[in-house]
Order: sequence, then structure tokens, then C-alpha cells
Amino acid sequence: MTKIVTENLHLHYGENHALRGINLNILTNKITALIGPSGCGKSTYLKTLNRMNDNVPNVKISGQVLLDSEDIYGGTVDVTKLRKKVGMVFQSPNPFPMSIYDNAAYGLRIHGVKKRLLIDEIVERSLRGAAIWDEVKDRLKTPALALSGGQQQRLCIARTLAVSPEVILMDEPTSALDPISTMKIEELMSELTKQYTVVIVTHNMQQAARISDYTAFFLLGEMIEYDETNRIFAAPKNPRTENYITGRFG
Amino acid sequence: MTARNAFDAELDALNLELVKMGGMIEEAIENSVAAFKNQDNALAQLVADGDAKVDDMEKRIETRCLSLIIRQQPVAKDLRLISAALKVITDMERIGDNAEDIARLSMAITGEHIFDVVKHIPQMSECALKMVHDAVTAFVNHDLTLAKTIIDTDDVVDNLFCDVKAEISEVLKRGMDIHNNTVDFLMIAKYLERIADHAVNICEWAEFSQTGKHKDKQIL
Ligand SMILES: Nc1ncnc2c1ncn2[C@@H]1O[C@H](COP(=O)(O)OP(=O)(O)OP(=O)(O)O)[C@@H](O)[C@H]1O
Ligand SMILES: [Mg+2]
Repeated sequence: MTKIVTENLHLHYGENHALRGINLNILTNKITALIGPSGCGKSTYLKTLNRMNDNVPNVKISGQVLLDSEDIYGGTVDVTKLRKKVGMVFQSPNPFPMSIYDNAAYGLRIHGVKKRLLIDEIVERSLRGAAIWDEVKDRLKTPALALSGGQQQRLCIARTLAVSPEVILMDEPTSALDPISTMKIEELMSELTKQYTVVIVTHNMQQAARISDYTAFFLLGEMIEYDETNRIFAAPKNPRTENYITGRFG
Repeated sequence: MTARNAFDAELDALNLELVKMGGMIEEAIENSVAAFKNQDNALAQLVADGDAKVDDMEKRIETRCLSLIIRQQPVAKDLRLISAALKVITDMERIGDNAEDIARLSMAITGEHIFDVVKHIPQMSECALKMVHDAVTAFVNHDLTLAKTIIDTDDVVDNLFCDVKAEISEVLKRGMDIHNNTVDFLMIAKYLERIADHAVNICEWAEFSQTGKHKDKQIL
């Protein structure tokens, strides 16, 4: 099943043609990895999936992004609701300067949830879902900024999970983390696909190979090749993909 | 192109080792067949003793491949090449064993007179030897056209094997097996036929290393 359909998506930052006719389908309950050299448009593409580029000055977007067959750039779309459905986890953990509990509850409050018991319940479920509950359950009221980087990143994932998204976008979520924290987040990701659709940008080829079901290779604003991850890392069809993943790219 | 010069040099070195191992088994086949034809037991013994070197070479290449996998974490064509090399050395090692088998059998043979009747073994051995040489060349040079030619040549060896079988039946029918080693001739022919099969395997791994396909099936 297809969760997101991207059709002939172009994006200009002023004169910079950053996405050049991307056609890509994101499959439901699968992990799709986006790989490619720096500046090829991975983050830009990811951000178009929940309209985070909207406020960039001089940005121009054409083509279509359909989420469950609905055009997310259509006139009637409520961007706040869209971002609830399509959550984002960033490269560097960005917990808010408040308690662990309040971080996890943040989205719920924004979306108008007021019942204390319900919030308690969802906060716990999200922290468990992000595999951090055991580490923080006894200090929920302490500042989130006192957590380690890996814990902060899992807290940010919990914050995203709390609003029950359908799609989770992750932009190099482990690039600032040590191998153990990275492993925890990778383990978590395969858990997440039972309920969510995940799109992850990563510069770590081994990570893409380990965790994703499908991989898309981007180069200079184009999507060069998309296939099952096994296929991409075993026998890619395009020589440019082959050169990039085998490290012979220049 | 950037950055992986050291890795590329290691892949070249791997190829060179494969060529060396290929040379060792070609020599073993040549010597074992010559020992058989000329009833040269000293040469046969040399082949039998030399097999340990082929085995060592197999282990050495295996270690090299595994360490490349650990350190370079190869993907795509690099992964296919290294994993195919691991398969190819098994076939090469088997070819070495078959040459040793031929050498050991030839030491026991005393029935010189049936060489006149069982005529096709030399032709069979020439054909198998060329197949092995070309198979290793096709693998290291990524030459799929050559690989295909060798795969097709296998029928020639199979037909020669049938000729040898017919010749051996003739010996048995005529009651010429006075030394009781006609069956050894048949075994030698069978080993040569196996050698040709291993050469075909090497060609199939050559195809895999370039395409991810093995015997027309996409296995990666
Ligand atoms: N907010 C922005 N305003 C203007 N140009 C931008 C903006 N964000 C990205 N760009 C440009 O768009 C192109 C694609 O950038 P993007 O961040 O999508 O690349 P990336 O593939 O995510 O790279 P990296 O791997 O380094 O994160 C680049 O040329 C970049 O300079
Ligand atoms: Mg980026």
C-alpha cells in the first residue's frame, strides 16, 4: 500500500532548483531511506512531505504530494493537522527547555488535549514507544536538557509519537549519537513500522542497509534510483548509484 | 572518482591471488594427466604433494576476502565480487583435489596396452584444462562473453566422456582388462569431466559478480 505519492515535484529556493521532478512513492508501514551526497535535496524533499518549506522566503513548489490520495498542497489542507499526521524528528535532538514530561505532552496540549489522566497515559505510552520510559520514569519532572544526547533524541521521538502521527520523517536522527544510542534508535525504528510509515534521511550507508525496506538515491535534486534496499546495495541498476554507495563518487 | 584507491588496490591484489591459484591448479591438471599418460610416478607424487599448497592458497584468499568484508563493508559490485571470489576458490580447490585424484590413480595403473583403445582421455584433458584457464581469466577480467563460451564448451567435454565410456566398454567386452584397472581409466575420465563442471561453476560466478544473477536467477 502506498502512503505518499510524489508526482513531478519541483522546488526552487529562489534561483536554486533544488528538487527537479521527483517521482517517488512511500509505502505504508515501511521504512524508506533517502541517501545521496550533501546538498542533493534529501532534507528539502523530506520537508515537502509536511510542508515545512512553506515559510522559506522565495520558495516555489510545483507538482503533487498526495497523502492517502489527498493533495497536501491543496487549498483546503490544514497545515497544523497535516503536521500532526506527518511528524518530524531532526538531526540534532531539540527538546524544549522544559521538563521531560512537558516535552512529551507538548503536542497533545497544542492539539487541545486537557484531561490530565489522558495526558499521563499518552506520555507514558509514547515514552515507552520511544524506548526511554525505564530511563526517565523516576524523573519526569526534571529538565529534558539534562538528558544525554541519545536520550534527548528518543525523547524527541516520544514527543512526535504522542500526537499519534501516521508518518514519521527523520532527518539524520542518529548522526550526533554514539553507537549504543544509535542502536537503540535503530531497534526502535523497526518497532515503529508496525504502526507508522517512516522516511529517514541518512548519510550512513550501513544504517540505510540495516534498517530500511526501500532506498531512494538522490543526486543534484533528482531521484536517480529507487528499489528494495537489498537490491540497491546488492545490484543497483544505475552506475551513479553504484559509484555512490561503493564510495567511488567524485 | 575518489577515495577508494586503497580498496581498489586490495581488489587488484585479490585478483592477482586468484590468477596465481588458477596457475597452480592448471599445472596440477597438466602434470597429473602427463603422469598418467607417461606412467610417471614421480610426477604423480609431485602433484599429490602439491595439493596442500593449493589448499593453503584457498585459505589465504578466504582470509583476505573475509577481512575485506570486515574492514571495507563492501556493497553492490564490490560485495558481489568478493562473495563470488569466495565461491570460486572452493571450485578451484576442488579442481586441485580432482587433479590429485588423477595423479594417485595413475600411480596404481599398470595396463599400458589399453591406451591404444581408450584414446579420448588426452583430448578430454586438453579441453578441461583450457576451460579452467579461460574460466579464471573470464572471472578476473569480468569477461562475460568468454564465460558464456566456456559454459557452452561443457557439452564437448560431456561428449568426450561418452566416447571414453564407449571405449572402456569395448575393452571390457573384448576381455582386455588383464590388469584390472580399466575402471581407473573411467574414474580419470570422470574426474576430468568434474573439472570441466567446476570451470563452468567459475564462469557462473563470473556472471554473478557482474550482474547479481546466478544461472539466470537474480540472487541478489
Ligand atoms: N532554506 C533554504 N533556503 C535556500 N536554499 C536552501 C535552503 N535549504 C536548502 N537549500 C539549498 O537546497 C539544496 C538542497 O539542500 P538540502 O538541505 O535539501 O540537501 P541535503 O541533501 O539534505 O544535504 P545534507 O546531506 O548536507 O543535509 C542545496 O543547494 C541547499 O543549499
Ligand atoms: Mg539534509
